[in-house]
Amino acid sequence: MTTKLYQLKTFSCPSCIAKIEKMLMKTKGIRSAEVLFNSSRVRVSFEEKEVGSQEIKNLIEKLGYQVIGEK
Amino acid sequence: MQPHKLKQNHRIIGASILVTVSFILNKTLGYTWLTIMVMAASTLIAGIPIFVNAVRAIRYWIVGIDALVTIAVIGAWFIGEYWEAAAVTYLFMIGNYLESRTIERTKSAIQALLKLAPDTATVRRSGKEVTINPEEVLPGELVIVKPGEKISIDGTIVEGSAYINQSAITGESLSVHKAASDTVYSGTIIESGYLLIRADKVGEDTTFAKILELVEEAQDKKARTQKFLEKFSRYYTPLVILLAVVLFAVTRDIVMALTLLVIACPGALVISAPVSIVAGIGNGARQGVLFKGGEMLEKFSSVKMVAFDKTGTLTRGKPEVTRILTYGMPKEELLKIVAVGEAYSEHPLARAILSYADKELGRFDEKPTEVSYIPGQGISFIFEDKLVLVGNRKLLASRNIQLDVCESDLAEEELLGQTTVIIGHEQRVLGMISIADPVRKEAKQVIQRLKSSGIQRVVMLTGDNPRAAKAISDQLGIDETYSELLPQDKVRILKELQNKYGSVAMVGDGVNDAPALAAADLGIAIGGTGSDIAMETGDVVLLSGNVSGLAYGLDLSRATVRNMKQNISFAILVAILLLGGVLVKSVNLSYGMLIHEVSVLLVVLNAIRLRGFNTSLEEIK
Repeated sequence: MTTKLYQLKTFSCPSCIAKIEKMLMKTKGIRSAEVLFNSSRVRVSFEEKEVGSQEIKNLIEKLGYQVIGEK
Repeated sequence: MQPHKLKQNHRIIGASILVTVSFILNKTLGYTWLTIMVMAASTLIAGIPIFVNAVRAIRYWIVGIDALVTIAVIGAWFIGEYWEAAAVTYLFMIGNYLESRTIERTKSAIQALLKLAPDTATVRRSGKEVTINPEEVLPGELVIVKPGEKISIDGTIVEGSAYINQSAITGESLSVHKAASDTVYSGTIIESGYLLIRADKVGEDTTFAKILELVEEAQDKKARTQKFLEKFSRYYTPLVILLAVVLFAVTRDIVMALTLLVIACPGALVISAPVSIVAGIGNGARQGVLFKGGEMLEKFSSVKMVAFDKTGTLTRGKPEVTRILTYGMPKEELLKIVAVGEAYSEHPLARAILSYADKELGRFDEKPTEVSYIPGQGISFIFEDKLVLVGNRKLLASRNIQLDVCESDLAEEELLGQTTVIIGHEQRVLGMISIADPVRKEAKQVIQRLKSSGIQRVVMLTGDNPRAAKAISDQLGIDETYSELLPQDKVRILKELQNKYGSVAMVGDGVNDAPALAAADLGIAIGGTGSDIAMETGDVVLLSGNVSGLAYGLDLSRATVRNMKQNISFAILVAILLLGGVLVKSVNLSYGMLIHEVSVLLVVLNAIRLRGFNTSLEEIK
């Protein structure tokens, strides 16, 4: 299992970003997803065999949040 | 990124013009086909990102605020409220824009810290100076730093000396002087001088990088209040949707139901706690007080009692020579005799004497003969053909040397909690040297400040002997002192104190009191430059490496919690008023949105005030 942090642009509405968590949790291969509101980051743990980091990035961006970094 | 930003600005300007034009047209011409066209254009320009976001979320069966606004806009069009539709989308867009801009400002202290991260490093590679990314420096390489430049690694000075501003790590703005064999840290700035540094730690291993990571992590460790609010909002939004449906079913009033939907996102409430906490943590980090999360701010603000470790916390943790007394010979001469004899001793007291002699006398080449160590008593040696004894009462008594001449001085020193070595020579006493672990100069003032801030009791827990402990606690005005404690005893006493006084904070240097730091309600570690253990064990870390930040931390935590409470009460009040206003029909769709957005902004602006908090900091330093 791999854990990665994705840096997004500053969030505005905290109750709305819950959808990032929900969306990720519905994605196959993702074990846990946590939105860190204050530092505008998303921490995702996933099985690399089932889902790629790039794919996760695309999913977040498709939801309307630009990913500006990952580590 | 740039074109995206431009597009957003264009969108805001376009929507602002269109919404103003439609407002004027509505007032002058009323609802004509032209007015409606302009309103439609305004709604689309401001609303397209909202609608797109709503659709994106709904694809995952998530109903967010975007969806609520979209439903409300469609509903408004359906019933011919074109102006309301334009106003709601416009206010929502502008509100979101202002919110993200202002939320960024609550983080400005943390962002400023991030900016202190070095971006280049000049290293000497095969005789040439090359400028590279700090991450690429290899441990062991030589790094060159010139005036005005940032040090990019943690390392040891090989050559040169400089005045260094270490505020990025310690919060202390006064520069310090460093020279060969001193340790320097990444993120600090050379004010004047030139240094050649051997890299010990680079990139993520540096103290500065660790502090940054801790601050980043801290922002999202939620306070209890925050967790409660999040739970609350999870039920609040669906509840309001349900209420809107019920309201529509009962009253058949679609306008009221839609208005309720628009105000359903409890934005101000959810954001009220995090913005205060981020601003508070950021302020602390800049001043050298690192809170490891929102919960630590809450706990610190409610602490009733503070317990201190002694050695290394209230004292500097390194014994120093405090006084030399001689009976009939110059001080320098006595010091030299002792230093010659102690030169090979590993005893901590010997090291204190040697470092003092090193400073006062410089180098000497004389050597003692027949050195012997008497455990628990001291040493004896022959110097210039005479027997010298350096040690305690027992040692001198064993050689039948009378202590009459120094008895009263000895008693006085002992009363002060000093450790004193007596120097005997043949049959008489030559003098004595007092050694003590000096009290940190800021300790007394900090303890007074804590008491005047309403801390009920200040306690000291130490492994040292009762006499030394009492001397220090009298000097500092400590209420209760417990001595000769093992780490587990400290934990037991803390439990007792917790039962007696309530919330207890433990302050220590994190080396031997890690269990006590963990057992207290709040563990405060003295850390900063080069002290990784303290940074890991404390809930709060005083990065300055001394206790001066303690009173500031207490004041800041209280100010932050107060700010958070103001925000929460305000947000609850607004939510109640909005809900009530909608039900009695005095709040319509666009007003609801306006009040909602303004309340969010006010909450953020209130938190921004915390950036400026810095009372009494200078007073302590």
